Amino acid sequence: MTNDKQLGLAGTVAGLGLAIGGLAFGAFLSQRRKAGDDDAPFYTRKSPDSDNAVLGRTVTIRKPRAELYAFWRDFGNLPRFMENVETIRKEGDHRVWVIKAPAGQTVEIKTEVCEDVEGKRIAWRSVEGSDIETRGSVEFADAPGDRGTRVSLVMSYNPPAGNLGRTIAKLFQREPEVQARHDLKRFKGLMETGEIATSAHRKENTRAAKQQEKET
Amino acid sequence: MRALTWHGTHDVRVDTVDDPEIINSRDAIIEVTSTAICGSDLHLYDGVIPGVLPGDVLGHEFMGRVVETGSDSTLKKGQRVVVPFTISCGGCFHCQIQQFSACENSNPAEKQDMSAKLYGHSMAALFGYSHMTGGYSGGQAEYVRVPYSDVGPIVVPDHLDDDKVLFLSDILPTGWMAAENAEIQPDDTVAVWGCGPVGLFAIQSAIVMGASKVIAIDHYPNRLALAKQLGAEVIDFRKTNVREALMEMSGGIGVDAVIDAVGMESHGFAVDNLVDVVKQKVGMGADRASALKQAILAVRPGGRVSIPGVYGGLTDKFPLGALMEKGLHIRSGQTHVQRYTKDLLEKIEDGTLDTTFLISHRLPLEDAARGYECFSTEQDSWTKVVLKPGMDTPATN
Repeated sequence: MTNDKQLGLAGTVAGLGLAIGGLAFGAFLSQRRKAGDDDAPFYTRKSPDSDNAVLGRTVTIRKPRAELYAFWRDFGNLPRFMENVETIRKEGDHRVWVIKAPAGQTVEIKTEVCEDVEGKRIAWRSVEGSDIETRGSVEFADAPGDRGTRVSLVMSYNPPAGNLGRTIAKLFQREPEVQARHDLKRFKGLMETGEIATSAHRKENTRAAKQQEKET
Repeated sequence: MRALTWHGTHDVRVDTVDDPEIINSRDAIIEVTSTAICGSDLHLYDGVIPGVLPGDVLGHEFMGRVVETGSDSTLKKGQRVVVPFTISCGGCFHCQIQQFSACENSNPAEKQDMSAKLYGHSMAALFGYSHMTGGYSGGQAEYVRVPYSDVGPIVVPDHLDDDKVLFLSDILPTGWMAAENAEIQPDDTVAVWGCGPVGLFAIQSAIVMGASKVIAIDHYPNRLALAKQLGAEVIDFRKTNVREALMEMSGGIGVDAVIDAVGMESHGFAVDNLVDVVKQKVGMGADRASALKQAILAVRPGGRVSIPGVYGGLTDKFPLGALMEKGLHIRSGQTHVQRYTKDLLEKIEDGTLDTTFLISHRLPLEDAARGYECFSTEQDSWTKVVLKPGMDTPATN
């Protein structure tokens, strides 16, 4: 009996401890979310502000701001360095991004440009009829001296529910940040060197060739 | 074509592999006439560098004739060129400030993650090395695809033999930059750990830069003899207390600059080195750094530490206190080869620098595997192996 009582007491104390711990942890988390009055970009915070996955990345490219902006503003150029994007075609005021999915499938995202500041910033968002909800922006700012332009890409996405959603989630959440980082690096390389670096030693072994092979 | 390929620790073979072809417009294809085995190839051979895959073609010291050019290459068919081991695009921030071995574009985007995680930044690409540094096929082969051929390769005149200019690809500029990083002044006493090819070229460079005394440290008699021949005083670390000797030989002040041309697989009897050997063997990735630790204790306060020796990971018991309290300057890094090739080619042409003295063996490419084995196990007599794809295979030996 004494043993049982002791156990009960111990359980209560442990439970209380957990509860206090939980409260403290919750307070800690909410503080994290509120934090961010420092000067760092919001996407470098240790705890995200929204449930949508957000990624952001900056590279410095040794080219004039206007040239980089113009290249990006012509959305048809983007598949040259965005490995997952098959094509971006124009449909009225909209652009339809055709994105490669597993097993030769594709996912379509219909977007509109919601902000366009000449030479500085382009933002886009998905509209009704897209397989995925997403927003993105790219900003161009002069780097100090003759270092060129700082290019920042920020994207967020929210995959839908259901089977298709799972496929898309798999496609995007696999490593969206990795994909975006690689794409941005390829953009930098293409602008600075005129080509996409590859260590393949025959054409059929490049990543682009291998992807095409997978699709057919 | 025939090429030396990696298959695992102490397992390299000459296989038949696909010929390379032009992929990007700035590429060129080089037909290799001479290629060398580098001390850093032995790190691959010993399996202590991560990211090497079976079938990878090794080799990053090579030269040859241009046989094919992309539409934006500035090379012409038939030109003889030496190719830097560091692959550099010429267009990024680091290339523009001549820090070519920090090129931001040559390592393909999808291969940059591993080194970025390990070092905080991704590495530039190198020929014939780890996939951490791009996984580009190397020069111990009949043909090589050379990207950014308008930036890297240096055209050499026909009257200079391969043996005289081949080392512009890596070890000569590496030895030169090691001496430059030691910021040598005319009255300096400089100590160099390791009399392998890089150490020997560092000694030669330090003397050309005007050091009053260069002291070479090794234990292989033949390598010490080569150092002596260049004009260095020598210390055999198996027979002599190195730190005490260096203090005496520098008049009790300590040497002004030290150069660690040994790197991660150093030999040494210190307990911590043996512990590091064990850790390296079981894959815990501790770099043996006994030479570097000794160098840091030996250099005078306010002195300079130059590290051309290759390290890949972490090391234990690093003498951080000595570094801070003595106010040392440390400089290191993969060589910015493209920064030095033109100047060093001139020094070869006018006879200031000789590079042929350290070649101990010339083998046909077909014998490359034997070259690795002997270079690894008979370090005293095999100081430098040059492979010649065109050379006839001897019937015996």
